[in-house]
Amino acid sequence: MKKSLISIRDFSKEEILHVLEVAKEFEKNRVQNILEGKVIACIFFEPSTRTRLSFETAVNRLGAKVIGFSDATNTSVSKGETLKDTIKMVSNYVDMIIMRHPLEGSSRYASEVASVPVVNAGDGANQHPSQTLLDLYSIMQTQGHLDGLTINMVGDLKYGRTTHSLLQAMSHFSPNFIFTAPDELKMPVEYKDFLKEKGIPYKETLSLEEHLNDCDILYMTRVQQERFTDPMEYERVKDVYRLEASMLSGVKPNMKVLHPLPRVNEIDQDVDETPYAYYFKQAENGLYVRMSIIAYLLGYR
Amino acid sequence: MVSALENGTVLDHIPAGNVFKVLEILGLMGEKNRITIGINLDSKYLGKKGIIKIEDKFFRDDELNKLAIIAPKATVNIIRDFRVVEKKKLTMPEEIEGIARCMNPKCITNHQPVKTRFKTIDNGNEISLLCHYCEKITDVKGLY
Ligand SMILES: [Zn+2]
Repeated sequence: MKKSLISIRDFSKEEILHVLEVAKEFEKNRVQNILEGKVIACIFFEPSTRTRLSFETAVNRLGAKVIGFSDATNTSVSKGETLKDTIKMVSNYVDMIIMRHPLEGSSRYASEVASVPVVNAGDGANQHPSQTLLDLYSIMQTQGHLDGLTINMVGDLKYGRTTHSLLQAMSHFSPNFIFTAPDELKMPVEYKDFLKEKGIPYKETLSLEEHLNDCDILYMTRVQQERFTDPMEYERVKDVYRLEASMLSGVKPNMKVLHPLPRVNEIDQDVDETPYAYYFKQAENGLYVRMSIIAYLLGYR
Repeated sequence: MVSALENGTVLDHIPAGNVFKVLEILGLMGEKNRITIGINLDSKYLGKKGIIKIEDKFFRDDELNKLAIIAPKATVNIIRDFRVVEKKKLTMPEEIEGIARCMNPKCITNHQPVKTRFKTIDNGNEISLLCHYCEKITDVKGLY
């Protein structure tokens, strides 16, 4: 049976932990030609250089070859070919499809049409499970474990898919949450209901200063202009939080600042020099986690 | 109303605006048997209701339950020899396919020829639909 990764909910707790363990192995030794002779398609219907380079590097490091496109403008898709036909055609050539598409649910649909495993590299504002797994990996590597941690999520908690997926994934590990957001960008009710159902405690605050000193992970996010329908609302909230090195004097020694990148103004450059900054290493971790996801879905780990 | 039915199925308490939708979901648009339709009849519960009588036709429960999403209060009467031999209500299926549309404008099902698929979520007083594809909630209020 082929297995795809479309939503973080597709992986059980055991599978999540397995993929993270395998990622450790790839971090120790990043050249492993276990997929020699395989061909993997990276088809990006909208550009995302960061994610594409990370996936393509992962494929290359595993010894497989990459085909694909980085933008749908000059392909048969721009001539009106349906997603179904594109996926059917590509599936005939390759052993796996890694895809990014601006429409939500496109990857789930592709996984139903494809004869090979599909990895969702982002479907609009919906899911981006490799990002979630690299966030979990970063949390595990910095804290030594995943259980019972206090995670402070900051910024756009309304539209930000990374925080929603991370919340779902962390729910396996008895966390405590702090949600730091302005009123316009608060964590949606359905996610808070989900936590209540699972008996997971959370606090909400408007102030970035309030819970800096009692969290293990400070998960900062960017306020993304493209998610807003009302430009006035965006202007009101875009620079609402700004983390500076001087604010970190009382934090826990194990505390780490994570950010899915790219950042804008929410983390000052002077934080980069503190022992709490982890976001660049977090991005690097994406490589090992993506190698692990690919190897696992193809049955090699 | 009109002539009495000797054998067949009577669907009552359908929201007036959804009568044709019901015919469509039951695959009756090209039906040869006689069908009598009443629309905008007075109803205590619905204000205006619709009723459909289909001669010599009987449906499986899973066919009828597909209607629950657009006619949750509908009742089904099975008629044999001019008599109601069975009365039933609809039960909400766990999943519905190809009926409602996803409210998310960025959902793949609104852009490509993809059959919609939803999980039904019943929170006690209201039904909502969780899209199998985009994972967003669609309100059923817009449907009837
Ligand atoms: Zn949808």
